[in-house]
Amino acid sequence: MLTLLNAFHLGIKELRSLGRDKLMLFLILFAFTGQVYLTATGLPESLHKAPVAIIDEDRSPLSLRIIDAFYPPHFLPPLIIEQYAADPGMDTGLYTFVLDIPPDFQRDVLAGRRPAIQLNVDATRMSQAFIGSGYIQNIVTGEVTAFSQRYRMLPAWPAELEIRARFNPNLSSVWFGSVMEVINSITMLSIILTGAALIREREHGTIEHLLVMPLTPFEIMLAKVWSMGLVVAIVATASLVFVVQDLLNVPIEGSIGLFVMGMTLHLFATTSMGIFLGMVARSMPQMGLLMIIILLPLQMLSGGMTPRESMPEAVQYLMLAAPTTHFVSLAQAILYRGADFGIVWPEFLALLAIGSIFFTLALARFRRTISSMA
Amino acid sequence: MSVDISTKPVIRVQNVNLRYGDTLALDALDVEIPAHCMAGLIGPDGVGKSSLMSLLTGARVMQQGQIEVLGGDIADPAHRRVVCPRIAYMPQGLGRNLYHTLSVFENIDFFGQLFGHEQIERHQRIDELLESTGLAPFRDRPAGKLSGGMKQKLGLCCALIHDPDFLVLDEPTTGVDPLSRAQFWELISRLRTQHVNMSVLVSTAYMDEAERFDWLAAMDAGKILATGTAAELRTRTDTDSLEAAFIRLLPAEKRRGYREIIIPPRDIRDDQEIAIEAHDLTMRFGDFVAVDRVNLHISRGEIFGFLGSNGCGKSTTMKMLTGLLPPSEGEAWLFGQVIDAGNLATRKRVGYMSQAFSLYSELTVRQNLELHAKLFHLPDADIPARVTEMAERFLLEAVMDSFPDALPLGMRQRLSLAVAVIHQPDLLILDEPTSGVDPIARDMFWELIIGLARRDQVTIFISTHFMNEAERCDRISLMHAGKILASDTPAALIERSGHSTLEAAFISYLKQASGISDKPVKMPVPSTTQAQATVAPEETHAVMTLNTRFSLLRLFSYTLREALELRRDPIRGSIALFGTVLLMFIMGYGISMDVENLRFAVLDRDQTTLSRNYILDLSGSRYFIEQPPITDYGELDQRMRSGELSLALEIPPNFARDLARGDNVRIGAWIDGAMPTRAENILGYVQAMHQNWLLEQARHHATDHLPAGLMTIETRFRYNPDVKSLPAIVPAVIPMLLMLILAMLSALSVVREKELGSILNLYVTPVTRLEFLLGKQLPYIALGMINFFLLCILAVFVFGVPHKGDFLLLTVAALLYVTAATGLGLLVSAFTRSQIAAIFATSLATIIPSSRFSGMIDPVSSLEGGARLVGEIFPATYFLTISRGTFSKALGFAELGSLLLPLALAIPVITSLAVILLKKQER
Repeated sequence: MLTLLNAFHLGIKELRSLGRDKLMLFLILFAFTGQVYLTATGLPESLHKAPVAIIDEDRSPLSLRIIDAFYPPHFLPPLIIEQYAADPGMDTGLYTFVLDIPPDFQRDVLAGRRPAIQLNVDATRMSQAFIGSGYIQNIVTGEVTAFSQRYRMLPAWPAELEIRARFNPNLSSVWFGSVMEVINSITMLSIILTGAALIREREHGTIEHLLVMPLTPFEIMLAKVWSMGLVVAIVATASLVFVVQDLLNVPIEGSIGLFVMGMTLHLFATTSMGIFLGMVARSMPQMGLLMIIILLPLQMLSGGMTPRESMPEAVQYLMLAAPTTHFVSLAQAILYRGADFGIVWPEFLALLAIGSIFFTLALARFRRTISSMA
Repeated sequence: MSVDISTKPVIRVQNVNLRYGDTLALDALDVEIPAHCMAGLIGPDGVGKSSLMSLLTGARVMQQGQIEVLGGDIADPAHRRVVCPRIAYMPQGLGRNLYHTLSVFENIDFFGQLFGHEQIERHQRIDELLESTGLAPFRDRPAGKLSGGMKQKLGLCCALIHDPDFLVLDEPTTGVDPLSRAQFWELISRLRTQHVNMSVLVSTAYMDEAERFDWLAAMDAGKILATGTAAELRTRTDTDSLEAAFIRLLPAEKRRGYREIIIPPRDIRDDQEIAIEAHDLTMRFGDFVAVDRVNLHISRGEIFGFLGSNGCGKSTTMKMLTGLLPPSEGEAWLFGQVIDAGNLATRKRVGYMSQAFSLYSELTVRQNLELHAKLFHLPDADIPARVTEMAERFLLEAVMDSFPDALPLGMRQRLSLAVAVIHQPDLLILDEPTSGVDPIARDMFWELIIGLARRDQVTIFISTHFMNEAERCDRISLMHAGKILASDTPAALIERSGHSTLEAAFISYLKQASGISDKPVKMPVPSTTQAQATVAPEETHAVMTLNTRFSLLRLFSYTLREALELRRDPIRGSIALFGTVLLMFIMGYGISMDVENLRFAVLDRDQTTLSRNYILDLSGSRYFIEQPPITDYGELDQRMRSGELSLALEIPPNFARDLARGDNVRIGAWIDGAMPTRAENILGYVQAMHQNWLLEQARHHATDHLPAGLMTIETRFRYNPDVKSLPAIVPAVIPMLLMLILAMLSALSVVREKELGSILNLYVTPVTRLEFLLGKQLPYIALGMINFFLLCILAVFVFGVPHKGDFLLLTVAALLYVTAATGLGLLVSAFTRSQIAAIFATSLATIIPSSRFSGMIDPVSSLEGGARLVGEIFPATYFLTISRGTFSKALGFAELGSLLLPLALAIPVITSLAVILLKKQER
């Protein structure tokens, strides 16, 4: 009881001190509003405005028909280029796709000679290359089929594939991007707020003062965890409701309450991680670097940017130790798929375990580290 | 030397006002400080001495009024540039403008370079200075490991290296032991005999020092109370000591409540409880023995003084007694209990006040008191009464709602004491509580301490530098280099040493212990200074003005220093280098754009060979992994919600029969759209496979020949024919890693100086903002290039991603890019003050733009709105295109050369913004 009371009083102190740092407040606000908005609206749908160039060597009604079939939002209006412009254009990244319609294409199609269209794809642009070439094949096949049907009967396909995308029917990337950005900001902010603040207290000697009082390192750490966790939780929830839901019109399927509970556990894990980093780093520049090195994989390999199942197994297992992996997974489940606690409890448990491990590790180092600084 | 007031004053201050927020630091101040003499500013802390000094050295921006320094207006930048090399400023605080990881020699050398001395001359002068200050044996010791006195001597060397006409010393001897103080003043007076024309302005809290100055100005509340020689001040106030004279000069309301300190004798009983007991207490940090077998025996209610130079082990001993540091050897008891960091009960009996007055500057006085009362578990009902009592007793009622930063040092110190005793401890450990506090405040403080000791029987364990304070203690210990030299009552110590004062006694003990003879160090006659003294000042400085605009020497001096600091902190360098390597590994393997191993399951309502054949196509591909079949819609929903399935297929009843009849059949496919990229990929795969299957079936069942299609599409995946992630990702990760690490390093390198105080050297030396920034940038550019080559080697030899294009182009681009990235860090540093804000701002400014908006995953041309704009102007975009171009596309200057232009353009834009935003004076 006394422990909780101590932690409470110390936590109030942490909140007051953050409240006095106006630049930090501004940056926090920006991270959860401006940055979320910018990223969510700026990042394209999976295939968005892909630059296409077409070399039309046929100049027939069919080739014109194919050209007209490319339009936004999936593709930029195609540029009609000459053969010689194709290579330099792809080299400098002007076009991701170059479609080469050979001479006499229409005549050969109608004559049943199965002419070949050449599609060049810039395979360094991984995100567009795959999906885009599939789209282009469908478009071209569709146009050619429709065109030929005016001239002769083709056997109809008896089976149809009816595809429905669940949870995000239009596959809008604003939905995904905005929530992932909130999650990234949560992680980054909670690590900085606890870790860097701890280094500052070490550099200014105030932490030492706390240790001569009848306070345990456990209380000091608990104070940091709850106060900074609370700040992030409030700002993140507000951002989710006002920016993501209201401003960006992203429908949230599941319970925000359950998500906030998950976020609380995630914050426990990340703030503990922040304190741990604050123990490992000896100065602020070291802290800054360590943070980048930790934060980047946490963000990029959590499954929030690329699908987890496509990562090599070793990375998948390694990332199980990262709180973001579980948080991203539970956020997707709750917010998009409307999952309930019965479904996401393993993630909750994992976050609690990771948080406890980091908290314990930091606690074990606490007194030793502080005294060696002195 | 007598003061010749008739000569032109070195400083003329007219009607100067200075405000910090609501606080008026200087109030319509007028004063003229005579030249060619030793002038002193005396007065309590927080009256504006330091503010005045920072104004007249040009370190701080003038707000109102006029200050003439060395014959010109200091507010005029042109004049500042001209006189800057003639002024030397040593700020308050031990070694605040020094670089702690640099050695003694390197520190002085750095300042010498800033003032544009040639190497031979510089080294000669450094040798002379080190010789004359007695620092020569410590030439290679890092500044951070010097004692306080040595730090101040080093500070003086750094100030004197450029042979100033006007030397400004802000409390140079505060916190320095008596021996070092004596040596310091001896040094100054010797210097002045050589440089007769030098004017010196010193502020001090020691009245006995002020007694020796030629001219004094007593200050209070931002105003000058009186000026004149010490003798004049004494006669004017009709007192016999300067200390008394100063108190007499104060306005009546400030003097109220001041009285001579009287120490009531301690009644010594035989059954005195032992408060502190220590046996052979020893503390080692590595090889260094900080505290060497210290024995203590202090009884309850005693005032025990601890004297010694800085860094002699006083603070370490105190920390061991509070349980902050576990001793390496030996044992200590508080009230009969062995000290144990985990024992909270003993800690409640102890109050501790550290050198730094560890108050929370973000809490008000009242909040500070309340917080500590709560942390010590005073009953809630008693807290308001106790806080009021403390406020009354420690005279804090008027400032209860102010923040500690806004209070004068003396008041902060009383607050610290109030905080330390709010829980009525039995033992008070006070670590140099009166350093830097003016005489009145000190006496007031002592009155409180004596009250606590005599009235409340609180044991006081106090460390101090002031001899008059030491004399008030019941017993004192003299400490030096970790050992206690002597321990007794002050009177007994004086008697034993055969000197008349405690100060003399202490100095003799110190000399004996450190083996210094009484002979003064020989001061060599420096030839250069002699020569310069004879040259008319205007001529020397005319030469100096030539390179005030831009000097490579100054620029390189910052480069050299920054590089040295980087080398002294190998951890930082290795995190920077190996961190990126590690990240490249993780990213290179981890980020995969091939969407594979997707889990799917089937709700097969047909269960025929044909339906199974349909599924076989999917489960056989490397993209999909089949999961146990689904039995009904409820299960389908559940398993998709949990994220187990990315794809669910429903094959309708009578699938095979209807198909055979030629009836229309609809196969249902549900895709998890939560992650759009993955969903799009699944969509593509499923559609393609469906088409294939139909074609197969049609061919299989067709009676006549069916064309396989109207046409074919030959897809060529260029630059990366196997469409592997690695070759696409690795070249794209290089720009991102370089940006993040370098921007962070360079941003912190500047903000760190702001937070730790050495930024002052930018304010008061001739170095320009551009030189400062570029100088600091260069080592990080070098580090960035090393990093770049390392990443390239890793990419080619470890990841096996061949570099096909022009490596020279990539290197040139990398150089430009690395410069831009470090510049970006400097830009962030220009508007952040704290390191935390700098870390956060740098992360915000680099992580998202370089990983999302620069074309690493989505091409910039596909972005929208603000993200597109950021992508277009962010340097990483252009470097990424070049990196991919040379790595994967075998390109060179002809194709990609034009992309160097935006990279090159970014550098001057970023740098000039950073220069404009950086301030050359403090505000």
